[in-house]
Amino acid sequence: MRRLLRILFFLIVVGAGAFWVLSRPETLPADAMAGLTADPGHCETVFWAGGCASCHAAPGAQGDDRLVLAGGYRIESPFGTFVAPNISPSEAGIGNWSAEDLANALIRGVSPGGEHYYPALPYTTYAHMTLQDVADLKAFMDTLPASDTANQPHELSFPFTVRRGLGLWKRLYLTEDWVVPAQTPEIERGRYLVEALGHCAECHTPRNQFGGLDKTRWLQGAPNPSGKGQIPGIAPGKLDWTAEDIAYYLESGFTPDFDSAGGEMADVVSNMAHLTPEDRAAIATYIKAVPEAK
Amino acid sequence: MTLKATLIAGLAAASVIASAGLGLAQEEKKNPVVEARQSLMHLYAFNLGLLGGMAKGEIEYDAEAAGAAASNLAALAATDQTRIWAEGTDNATLGDSTEALPAIWENSDDFAAKRTALVEASATMADAAGGGLDGLRGAMGALGGACGGCHKAYRK
Repeated sequence: MRRLLRILFFLIVVGAGAFWVLSRPETLPADAMAGLTADPGHCETVFWAGGCASCHAAPGAQGDDRLVLAGGYRIESPFGTFVAPNISPSEAGIGNWSAEDLANALIRGVSPGGEHYYPALPYTTYAHMTLQDVADLKAFMDTLPASDTANQPHELSFPFTVRRGLGLWKRLYLTEDWVVPAQTPEIERGRYLVEALGHCAECHTPRNQFGGLDKTRWLQGAPNPSGKGQIPGIAPGKLDWTAEDIAYYLESGFTPDFDSAGGEMADVVSNMAHLTPEDRAAIATYIKAVPEAK
Repeated sequence: MTLKATLIAGLAAASVIASAGLGLAQEEKKNPVVEARQSLMHLYAFNLGLLGGMAKGEIEYDAEAAGAAASNLAALAATDQTRIWAEGTDNATLGDSTEALPAIWENSDDFAAKRTALVEASATMADAAGGGLDGLRGAMGALGGACGGCHKAYRK
């Protein structure tokens, strides 16, 4: 009996040790952002393509108010409700962050304090961003209005309250691999806009029971994580719009039947309307190049 | 939808209803307010379809046709809609036959402001559409914004 207890104790220690090592937050090298200067002409594109305002602007904000990143948007999920934080350049927001801090948040999902972020911040997408784009984004966000709105806590239940567990989740689902092969430079640009910035897949691709994206059903539609309704598939076989239809929808919000975007997509359209026509066309070309849904 | 497709869809719907006979109960019938509201939206879309088709380059620009569609749209948007948005015709009360959220009646001032945005954007389009393709394209953005702004907040 004593012997059995000793073995059990040994296994628990080894298990805890392995968990500790495997779940450790991993950051970028300290000098990752060294020497990068922002390109003023490009900054705003990264911001709109990344869709930051969709979650971080105050709920219901319209027009220029969408540049005030006060937070407060509630993301409902099977794991609980996540509340988007203030990321405006202020005390209450991320005014004291360095470009390295932003890079670690977006690319590694790690806070300046060294904790894992929940993947409600779509860092499994942003992990594909170039460091130059992070530098550009930081420069743009520093110019935005400050807000002193205090952050609200997420509403989660155990075991999802243990952030350390996300280290294991990241080992499974945080990868720098691309999903769709890029046969042309235009598809490659579209892929960057979708898979590295636009995070279309976060809603349009189904997830498994652990909340990881099922990449074999890329952009093929999914139940709404809030529990209400279905998010439509946009892969070929699910959506029969032409590339021109898709690009025009992203520009104007009008479907080919001249209904107009509602719900979350109305916000996405107001982001995408800031992109160049070439970038919207690249997204549309990429969408048409996604493997067909069976 | 093309006219032909609409006709086929209409005939199909009519035959389904006919074959179901009188057994089809009262609850299958749409509330007339909802029906009127959706008809108005279809008329918006019908006129927008021409303008948008020209903006996308799918339909050749024709100043006269564009001007007519745009003034139709502006006139439709500006009609008195008091009865079309009657209280008690939200999706919480009537179920899936409508996508109109109760928030419309909870935030009536904001809803009115969004309605005004549509009236203004469609008036701008009516001024611009006949004067060249660039003007039409330019006015399309605000129009899309007005439609989307309201749908985002008040449509399911």
